[in-house]
Amino acid sequence: MFTNFPFFPQQASEQAATMDALYFFLVAVTAFFTLLIAVLVTVFAIKFRRRHDTEVGEAIHGSLALELLWTFIPLGICMIMFVWGAQVFFHMTRPPKGAMEIYVVGKQWMWKAQHMDGASEINELHVPVGRPVKLTLGSEDVIHSFFIPDFRAKADVIPGRYNTMWFTASKPGRYHIFCTQYCGTKHSAMIGTVTALEPAAYQAWLGGGAAGGTMAEAGAKLFADLSCNTCHMDTNQGRGPVLKGIYGKQALLASGQSVTVDDAYIRESILNPQAKIVAGFQPIMPTFQGLVTEEQILQLIAYLKSLNGSTATATTGTGTPEVK
Amino acid sequence: MATTAAPLNYLNNGYGAASWLLTRDHKRIALLYLYSITAFFFLGGFFALLIRLELLTPAADMVAPDMYNRLFTMHGVVMVFFFLIPSIPAVLGNFLIPIMVGAKDLAFPRINLLSWYIYVLGGLFTIVAAISGGVDTGWTFYAPYSTSASNSHVILAGVGIFITGFSSILTGLNFIVTVHRMRAPGLTWFRLPLFVWAHYATSLIMILGTPVIAITVLLVAVERGLHLGIFDPALGGDPILFQHLFWFYSHPAVYIMILPAMGVVSELVQAFARKNIFGYSFVAFSSLAIAVIGFLVWGHHLFVAGQSTYAGLVFSLISFFVAIPSAVKVFNWTATLYKGSVSWDSPMLYAFGFIGLFTIGGLTGLFLATLGMDIHMHDTYFIIAHFHYVMVGGAIFGYLGGLHYWWPKITGRMYPEGWAKFAALNIFVGFNLTFFPQFIVGYLGMPRRYAMYAPEFQVYNVLSTAGATILGVGYLIPMIYFAWSLKHAPRAGDNPWGARGLEWEIPSPPPTENFTATPIVTEGTHQYAPSREVGIV
Repeated sequence: MFTNFPFFPQQASEQAATMDALYFFLVAVTAFFTLLIAVLVTVFAIKFRRRHDTEVGEAIHGSLALELLWTFIPLGICMIMFVWGAQVFFHMTRPPKGAMEIYVVGKQWMWKAQHMDGASEINELHVPVGRPVKLTLGSEDVIHSFFIPDFRAKADVIPGRYNTMWFTASKPGRYHIFCTQYCGTKHSAMIGTVTALEPAAYQAWLGGGAAGGTMAEAGAKLFADLSCNTCHMDTNQGRGPVLKGIYGKQALLASGQSVTVDDAYIRESILNPQAKIVAGFQPIMPTFQGLVTEEQILQLIAYLKSLNGSTATATTGTGTPEVK
Repeated sequence: MATTAAPLNYLNNGYGAASWLLTRDHKRIALLYLYSITAFFFLGGFFALLIRLELLTPAADMVAPDMYNRLFTMHGVVMVFFFLIPSIPAVLGNFLIPIMVGAKDLAFPRINLLSWYIYVLGGLFTIVAAISGGVDTGWTFYAPYSTSASNSHVILAGVGIFITGFSSILTGLNFIVTVHRMRAPGLTWFRLPLFVWAHYATSLIMILGTPVIAITVLLVAVERGLHLGIFDPALGGDPILFQHLFWFYSHPAVYIMILPAMGVVSELVQAFARKNIFGYSFVAFSSLAIAVIGFLVWGHHLFVAGQSTYAGLVFSLISFFVAIPSAVKVFNWTATLYKGSVSWDSPMLYAFGFIGLFTIGGLTGLFLATLGMDIHMHDTYFIIAHFHYVMVGGAIFGYLGGLHYWWPKITGRMYPEGWAKFAALNIFVGFNLTFFPQFIVGYLGMPRRYAMYAPEFQVYNVLSTAGATILGVGYLIPMIYFAWSLKHAPRAGDNPWGARGLEWEIPSPPPTENFTATPIVTEGTHQYAPSREVGIV
């Protein structure tokens, strides 16, 4: 019935070995101290067992030296864990520049992934082996969490904001996607599969799925359909700021502060336009809350990004991008 | 009444229902709590049994997912709020703290009775919520699921938790005032039993933390009932705010559950090694350190929620700091055995179990405090295993050990020691078989709160369910022999263990007023022989 007793998940990403090394260290520390305590307790309990009914123990008050010893040795070991863990965390939560971008939206109870070239898939995610992939995660409803155990990658998917995660698949194959944040009736059915493909196979897969145009093209169409272009013109004549080339730049706000034009800021500006008005403009934009879906917002973001002329890294699947 | 067989004690001093339901005797109130938390324990255990049976196979074949979601929610709510939090403080603390400080009762006996009624009222709301269809949010009530998406009885259960919180606050208040104001002459702070120190630290958390969970569940009810945007981004709220508020109480609440158990173990180790504790002041202050530092670590539940990396760094660092006082306690308990006169009586078996299992529970907590590691571990069965090692291997072992140790004092009767040893062993084996496989299946990636799971996880779930069955039997055995002992077991005498401490100097069961004359204390507890410093460079 049970043919295998796995003790560890597969190492299917370049990050997996990094995580497992930390895990083995923690397991070793745990095993050592558990054994130490178990042996000491057992030995003392046997060696100093009560021999007759009236026997009492020797009244030892304590020892400052020992107290200091077993305060500072555990503290030192904890500090190793802290620094090591922080390093792994920084590595795992900061996507390298040039990572391939995929947008994922979670909703009760499915995952929808959109690739920059327009391909989209449900409860499936195709990624190339050997290339860093950055997922930008949003939710339509409640909190979910996107977890690929074989990649040791996870991030919560929270309504009202974007979280990101990244990984570099290292082994072709099919791997579980689990929702790990409880989200209702079909929480345990909100699962899917990542398919990691060799770069050539990935290109072939992409070729088959991009019939509807790229994400940016879909965004451009939406930009016109929603009449965004009546205010956000290509020239300074419009009632709203020119959007060409602003992605990733700093925008000066009417409040005197400045903000980076990133996915989160664009999303906020669509849904809650009055929150951060760019200096020199009137707070006249209406909210699009309820008029656009999370997926459409992501398409609009992709469109704005494409106005920078820098979508090349996101859509071509071959070659090794620069990884810092 | 000249022919009274037994001397007057708190048990035979009045028999009617009113003499119990209107009592102001801390010992009788402790028993009222004992009955009610035992009922909740078996209710929560029943939910756990159904959970484990469902998880025997990968498919959701015994109950539908919606029912499964209600089961784990009710298991968590009942066990956390209605068993673990009140367990040791409200039963053993209530019974023992006045006696241990040499007082006739707690500082506010009427408020003590009120705490029990509030607890029962809160419990009734929760039971009504369970009977009328249950709650499916998980005991964590995460928004916006709890406020906007769930169609279960969130508000009803929330009201139950809200009400019960006041019971906790009042108990904490009573303990703190009692320890400050009612100590017997000569009973200085550093002569107090460590059980009292642990409860003092626990009481601080109860008073300072509980109002925050009350406010949080109130806000959930307000958003759910009135659609005021607080947590749901669709209404302009922030779901992360909920997590901060929730864990600001609920992480310290973990220490409400474990600190009293640590206090019990400190007493057990001393009594059954017939030896004062090694490093008294380090053990005492480590309780306070855990209580204080424990308030600053809540953010380690949010490492993958998108909290700022630097906030994550700070929370990780402080989480490691809170591990140190726990380690200090474990080393001191172990060192106390050295050159002791160690008996293997059943309460001590629980203490041995506690030290080993809490060590595993504590060390596996470090995995989760480690920023990078938590990315993979978060919300998997590894966490389930970790906190059950602390809550069951720690808190419940402490509770059962304490109950066995003080049972002769509480009831005046012994219990069948052979059965007690057998039950302790049974619980130890069943517990490990239940929860150890969950560490492995957690690292493999099985998420918590899954009614269905991938087939490759089944072998570990089968082991876990087998263990839970053994564990369940282990819990029933003490129920039976404790009930039996009340009428049939031999009388205990004042001090069956040959232990030191004020509670062992008065009759068993104690008279209503505890002490006929106020005791005068001249040394710390558990002084079995003249004290000396150990000479280690």
